[in-house]
Amino acid sequence: MNPALLVLSSSTLVHLSPVDLVIIVFYFALVLAIGLYLKGQANTGEDFFMAGREMTAWVAGLAFLSANLGSLELMGWAGNSYKYGILAAHWYWIGAIPAMLFLALIMMPFYYVCKTHSVPGYLKLRFGQDSQALSSISFALMTVLMSGINMYAMAVVMKVVLGWDLNFSIIVSSVTVAIYVALGGLRSAIFNEVLQFFLIWAGALLIPILGLIEAGGWDGLKAKILHNLTEQHAANPGAYTHLWSTLGNFSDNPMGINWAGIVFGLGAVIAMGYWTTDFLVVQRVLSAKDLRSAELAPIIGAAFKMMVPFIVILPGLLGLALLRDGSGNLLRLVPADLAWSPAGQAQGLHGYDEVLPLMLARYCGPGLLGLGITALIAGFMSGMAGNVSAFSTVWTYDIYGALINKNATDEGKVRMGRWVTVIGVGISIGTAYLVMHAQSIMDYVQALFSFFIAPLFGTVILGMLWKRATKAGGFWGLLAGTVSSVGMYFWVKFDPSSVRYLALSDKAQDQAQNMFRALWCWLICVIVTVVVSLMTKPKSDEELKDLVYGLSPIPKQEHVRWFQSPIFWGAVVAVAFIVLQIIFW
Amino acid sequence: MKSGGSLSIWFFIGVSLAVNGAIIFARGIYELVYPPEHQVVLYQLHANVWWGAVLLILGLFFSLRFSPARERARMAGKS
Repeated sequence: MNPALLVLSSSTLVHLSPVDLVIIVFYFALVLAIGLYLKGQANTGEDFFMAGREMTAWVAGLAFLSANLGSLELMGWAGNSYKYGILAAHWYWIGAIPAMLFLALIMMPFYYVCKTHSVPGYLKLRFGQDSQALSSISFALMTVLMSGINMYAMAVVMKVVLGWDLNFSIIVSSVTVAIYVALGGLRSAIFNEVLQFFLIWAGALLIPILGLIEAGGWDGLKAKILHNLTEQHAANPGAYTHLWSTLGNFSDNPMGINWAGIVFGLGAVIAMGYWTTDFLVVQRVLSAKDLRSAELAPIIGAAFKMMVPFIVILPGLLGLALLRDGSGNLLRLVPADLAWSPAGQAQGLHGYDEVLPLMLARYCGPGLLGLGITALIAGFMSGMAGNVSAFSTVWTYDIYGALINKNATDEGKVRMGRWVTVIGVGISIGTAYLVMHAQSIMDYVQALFSFFIAPLFGTVILGMLWKRATKAGGFWGLLAGTVSSVGMYFWVKFDPSSVRYLALSDKAQDQAQNMFRALWCWLICVIVTVVVSLMTKPKSDEELKDLVYGLSPIPKQEHVRWFQSPIFWGAVVAVAFIVLQIIFW
Repeated sequence: MKSGGSLSIWFFIGVSLAVNGAIIFARGIYELVYPPEHQVVLYQLHANVWWGAVLLILGLFFSLRFSPARERARMAGKS
């Protein structure tokens, strides 16, 4: 075992009472009961992989959001807000809302009209089998690895927070996920994602409410942060509570980024890539019962996404303002590697990512604590289930059905889907143990996952909006974007000083580097796709019907009043988004 | 959303919120009678009492509104 983990067993953040354990056991019993109940509703491929395409806009929208609202996300971004201040909220606002609205109003009609089962499936229709194979194999591999990382992360959190044995957490969570996804397919995963959404709000909402009461409201919170950070001699402490006003220069904010990195790298490339082409989230919307529901689902998801900073970013800021050690001195959280080192443990240090459990333990006694921990467990399991169900679909349709057995029957695909779910969980367990022995693998795999998303967005968006894009252009653009992204990552890894070229500043932190790397590899993908397409023969308009803007008649929707239309609600969400930017400017 | 059977997803959510709310509320009442030795910050607000009550009421609303009996009656009315 990793030596750092041995150290972890020596201390825990909270201690559960029997009441807390009852709440946790009830959660496990309920998700297994849901899986067993749904077993009889997953008999065809459409049922198992697409949840019968009968979800309402509300269910598809909440599942769309919840598939991304895992505990790694909750704890990681709460930690990031402690580290970077309110700048972390950009990942929930400009880093999500415009992309979700774009998916709803521009891209969803194409996905829905061509009746694809997956994003690689769309690439096959638009650019042919080479692009499909490249994207599906990468996606399947990365998805199952991410599931393992989720599993490992959950086990570590349970160890740090509760002192639970790593093997116990991994086995219990993976067996539960395997049972309920293999039985009920995507429908079961979606049921549990919506359940998780409510549990997360029920378990986490008290922290900001009680925190704001203790801090004396938003103004009191800002004053305390300013006081604490001034005491710590932090550069520009005011930057921790402003979204945009410190983004004029790289050195004016704790992230070392400027507005261009946030707007173009995060908002225009990473967010667009993730929310519109990552099949893990898009699959939830494809399960909607009709086109209007499919368009409304991401808008509903966007409305709730705007509120998530209240339970994620605000607790991080409250930690910055309120956390004290046993002697009443300011409690300063540190990077995880320092906190988890033997020296860090000896000094009782805590990592940034522990801010959410620390705040939970601060306000929540028996019962409430169990609900908070259940919300974290539910988030982890739903993250695993989301990855495994997406893996099962892409494997069955885009690898097995497209490359291995083109004549597979519907019944055979469902059987394959159930087995692949179990096998996917098995591979995830293997990944979890691999990561346990070599922590740097986690960094590489997460980076690899991000390498793929930005260029994929370039390929898909050109495919949908530009009919001149050709099969060769799509494939070589996708390959060039992916390879260049990997190349830039290792360039900085082996020569850290190169960050001043890649991210335009030697002060750029990890997140700033990710933004600029995504921007450059997306541009490379687009340029290569355009150049190669102009040199090769395009498909005819007839072949591109239902796949490209201008050549795809969008089916007429039933007559709805103006206040029931997706465009109206999209506009409402857009206005609320702009107002939030102005309030926290 | 219907699952194809008579149980709605909202029913499961209602059951989950109601059971958790009832447990937290009961624990809160117990702590009012027997205050714990180690108290959390802002213990005097008794968050477990009112938060447990909120969850319980919300859970009961969902459980009753989407109960299997009402769903069956609704489906029968449609057909």
